[in-house]
Amino acid sequence: MSDSIYYFIQQIANGLTIGSTYALIAIGYTMVYGIIGMINFAHGEVYMIGTYISFIVLAGLTMLGFDNVFIMVGLAMMVSIMIASAYGFTIEKVAYKPLRSSKRLIALISAIGMSIFLQNYIRLAQGSRDIAMPSLIQGGFLLGDPDGSHILISYMQVIIIVTTIICMAGLTLFISRSRMGRACRASAQDIGMTNLLGINSNNVIATTFIIGASLAAVAGTLLGMYYGVVNPYVGFIAGLKAFTAAVLGGIGSIPGAMLGGLLLGVSESLTAGYFTAEYKDVVAFSLLILILLFMPQGILGKPEVEKI
Amino acid sequence: MTNLLTVKDLTMRFGGLLAVNGVNLEVGEKQIVSVIGPNGAGKTTVFNCVSGFYIPTAGSVMFQGKEMRGKPGFKIAQEGMVRTFQNVRLFKEMTVIENLLVAQHMHAEHNLLKGFFMTSDFKKKEQELMDRAAHWLEKVGLLDFANREAGNLAYGQQRRLEIARCMVTEPKLLMLDEPAAGLNPNETKDLDELIVHLKDEQGISILLIEHDMGLVMGISDQIYVVNQGEPLASGTPAEIQANPEVIKAYLGEE
Repeated sequence: MSDSIYYFIQQIANGLTIGSTYALIAIGYTMVYGIIGMINFAHGEVYMIGTYISFIVLAGLTMLGFDNVFIMVGLAMMVSIMIASAYGFTIEKVAYKPLRSSKRLIALISAIGMSIFLQNYIRLAQGSRDIAMPSLIQGGFLLGDPDGSHILISYMQVIIIVTTIICMAGLTLFISRSRMGRACRASAQDIGMTNLLGINSNNVIATTFIIGASLAAVAGTLLGMYYGVVNPYVGFIAGLKAFTAAVLGGIGSIPGAMLGGLLLGVSESLTAGYFTAEYKDVVAFSLLILILLFMPQGILGKPEVEKI
Repeated sequence: MTNLLTVKDLTMRFGGLLAVNGVNLEVGEKQIVSVIGPNGAGKTTVFNCVSGFYIPTAGSVMFQGKEMRGKPGFKIAQEGMVRTFQNVRLFKEMTVIENLLVAQHMHAEHNLLKGFFMTSDFKKKEQELMDRAAHWLEKVGLLDFANREAGNLAYGQQRRLEIARCMVTEPKLLMLDEPAAGLNPNETKDLDELIVHLKDEQGISILLIEHDMGLVMGISDQIYVVNQGEPLASGTPAEIQANPEVIKAYLGEE
């Protein structure tokens, strides 16, 4: 095989890795939007908090002398999921629930406020410096000639993609099979009606926030380990990217968020690979503008019908 | 005898508009009670207040001796009072059977772990939900459409599905907001039979808003007339038909 094909596949693999984490975060945006019709701009901050928690847990376990990487990462992810869900749940109760019957714009401003609050809270609690972590999982699969043209897919990349697939499969099962999932789907269509059929909409809304936060925590743990660095501002850009992914795929649509995340990741990595890395954000957000202009409902979304 | 539902002095104000003013309603056990009145009389607003969709400005809504005013809609549904809407509000992107399963959410098992491991307990409960859904689909003649998307059903079928969806919640009072609107004479006749069946066989009460006077006069035990938000008259169908005030409200003065 020629050089250029190896290079292309490498870029696609890198793109799918980043794209899966965008997809994980995007689920939180899209599910909340689907049910209560608002953009939870504090979601990126939940992702950032998830990253911090897993860093703290990993550091703690290392100090205690653990050396099994899989147990460490698994534990870090679990603690991160639990604490991030508690954040997601609380954010909804404190900042959005009291505003549920007011105009959308008011809840949106509250979300932005929540985002600024959390960012600064973490900055005070953890400092504004970058916190770095040595990579726990090294090495990878090498395809091709080690000295010439080759593809290198690190174990971390494989873990990210496999974990994402497991999470997405679990979520799809939950949404399509479980009773709460059924109630979530019905509420996304008409939350007033599910309420009148005896379903407590507060529980449905809390569930979507908890699911969204859990997946953001998974993404935070994975991406944190991939980059090996975290600071209080990572939530902002990751949140924007994931939001772009959700809009790209069609906001409100879960498969759309998955597809949007992957597409965004791949287009970013192709830009970085064939053009220059500095332009990858330009491409990502140009994509957002183009989608909003020419295809506002996204790839898998339905045209907006104003809910009565 | 205590009433199933007693509405007293119900008043609803939207800013400067007094949509409903001092409406009283009484629904006994196993009764069909209708609310009629010209368009814009405030009938649907009364429904919205009783079902917890709006919180009334004043008045009381007693259901089985308990105050319902100000309770959230899901609590009222759990007490046994459910409603349909004038413009059918199905979960259009879900299948017919799923619509009925969602409505049984409050009767369902909520242990996620049991669901995850598919315990026999969970399966048994899930089967009960399916059975009840199938039972009602058969009653409204939609069993063959169980896996169809609800939004693709014909209009008359959607209306019947909406009633079935209320019935699987096992209500004590069913509130129907213009169930015959948009139905052809045959479908209206089926609806008539279904409503009477619900009363006689299921032993529930029905509160009905309807413009189809043939339907209303034929099945109602008691009729309340509302005009411009105010109660105008109440009585048996025969009394209402003979009431000059009612005739005036509907047809205007001579």
